[in-house]
Amino acid sequence: MKRIIATIAATAVIAIGLGGPAQAEKKDSFRVAWSIYVGWMPWGYMEDSGIMDKWAARYGIDVEIVQINDYIESINQYSAGAFDGVSATNMDTLSIPAGGGVDTTALIVGDFSNGNDAVLVKGDRAFADLKGEQVNLVELSVSHYLLARGLESAGMSEADIGIVNTSDADMVAAFATPGVTAAVTWNPLVFTIMEMPGVSKIYDSADIPGEIIDLMVVNTETLADNPDFGKALAGAWYETMSLMAADTEAGKAARTAMAEASGTDLAGYDAQLATTKMFYDPADAVAFTEDPKLLQTMDFVRNFLFDHGILGEGARSVDDIGMAFPGGATLGDTNNIKFRFDPAYMVMAAEGKL
Amino acid sequence: MRWINRRPVRSVAVLLAALPFALTLLAYVVGSEVRRAENPNDKLLPAPAEVIERAAELATEPDRRSGDVLLWRDTAASLQRLAVGVAIAASLGLGFGLAIGLFPAGRSTLASYVAFLSLIPPLALLPILFIVFGLGEVSKVVLIAVGITPFIIRDLSQRVLEIPTEQLVKAQTLGGSSWQILLRVALPQVAPRLVQAVRLSLGPAWLFLIAAEAIAAQDGLGYRIFLVRRYLAMDVILPYVCWITFLAFAIDWSLRRFSRRAFGWAHTEGESL
Repeated sequence: MKRIIATIAATAVIAIGLGGPAQAEKKDSFRVAWSIYVGWMPWGYMEDSGIMDKWAARYGIDVEIVQINDYIESINQYSAGAFDGVSATNMDTLSIPAGGGVDTTALIVGDFSNGNDAVLVKGDRAFADLKGEQVNLVELSVSHYLLARGLESAGMSEADIGIVNTSDADMVAAFATPGVTAAVTWNPLVFTIMEMPGVSKIYDSADIPGEIIDLMVVNTETLADNPDFGKALAGAWYETMSLMAADTEAGKAARTAMAEASGTDLAGYDAQLATTKMFYDPADAVAFTEDPKLLQTMDFVRNFLFDHGILGEGARSVDDIGMAFPGGATLGDTNNIKFRFDPAYMVMAAEGKL
Repeated sequence: MRWINRRPVRSVAVLLAALPFALTLLAYVVGSEVRRAENPNDKLLPAPAEVIERAAELATEPDRRSGDVLLWRDTAASLQRLAVGVAIAASLGLGFGLAIGLFPAGRSTLASYVAFLSLIPPLALLPILFIVFGLGEVSKVVLIAVGITPFIIRDLSQRVLEIPTEQLVKAQTLGGSSWQILLRVALPQVAPRLVQAVRLSLGPAWLFLIAAEAIAAQDGLGYRIFLVRRYLAMDVILPYVCWITFLAFAIDWSLRRFSRRAFGWAHTEGESL
């Protein structure tokens, strides 16, 4: 009987087309997913250039870095257990995998958006002029968060404006239509829209530095059972960082490869890097992660998510999902910690112990 | 006896009809159990009880942000778009169908043009619709209308063409004018066919509605599904999909009832779906 049930269960899972959840155990082959974004281009470069393979071989494991064309899809795939790690923002990590009960650790804090996300309007206007107008953006994304923070700073709230959910793929075309007067989006779309005549930027992520953070997050259990996986990723990442930051021919070649992979040229990519605060030095990333300001940022973020009903399904209180920070600080339910900022591997990189 | 001649008795037939539904449900329940044994908060396949609870919430409790009860607000928005789009398509379909089917001059002018239009994939026109009609309600309604009108026109004009010449001759010998023949001979015969064509178009109409709502919207059934897709909120998506299926079924069923009552004579021959 037991066997029959097991067979039916296996068939059901296969029939629905889903693999099982990521199993926590000792293993030697890992898969991480990433998507195109200025701060995540190094992941693609690490795979193509062989830097990842070199570091994986050093620890006797195998790591495959897979590019996913749709950012949210990559996070969903990670949450479903198809990948051991994924590139994601702090906000999306909290709402999707952590909110969905997948215990997730921020292994590498790569950068924060320092102008890459922006509120754009037609004409020379300010927030106060947007009262009663429609703003187009990808609802419930970091754009939405940026707008909420901007409205707050101008003494307004979301009730003062209307929000139209608009797919990022259609954002540029939408902005070109006369009916759209304001939008919130991210690079490289911001660059494209700013090239249109009469468009001005009234608020961007440089106004809330350090709040939109780009991470490499991994499954906490997988990492705990396989520290070599974390070491290989961190080692490969910081080797790529020092290569990227170097003012040498090799550094230029690496950045050019990343530029081409993201569909632009070196000048275009450098312009995007200028509005991105990259943590090239692991010590900077460690300092950022250990700064108590991170706790405050995540408190903003979780309140935003809860107010919009997306802090995990069935979350009845903003404290339902717990977060852990360096030094033992926590936010929310300590019995349900699902999102951890753990600088341990970045510290190893900073101390040259990888 | 050969299998092709064996007819299941009624009770068996009912069981057989229920079987695929039961198996699907079972596969879901088992898959959900397996995943939740690993992670109790799994979002991909939430427990059926959770889905039902959430569905009840969506249908009864006001949203924290807007104060509206989401399911009804989305349903109202979507049904309105669908109704306007389908109504426009049906009126255009009837008008042009009669013009093409009954009048040789209309046929020469429009038949090949409509055939050409019907080959344009409507979704490929979406960016153009947005530029011309903006991102608001108009472009969503236009997408539905553009998507199904050519099919209805072609179906109805073909039906008018199939009216036996003898009838047209007889009507003329009785002194009927073109206008009278259109109203008294052609229109009654294609009216049930129009209902039929609308029923068949509803599938594509829903598809266009949801595609339009996925791109830019503030409410609607398709909007909600694409919005919460970001958060793998299957406990919202599954009730919405069931609800859409139910609405589609209810509309189809009412149209069939309407057709049987209004045009009883068109449903006398044989079985019809």
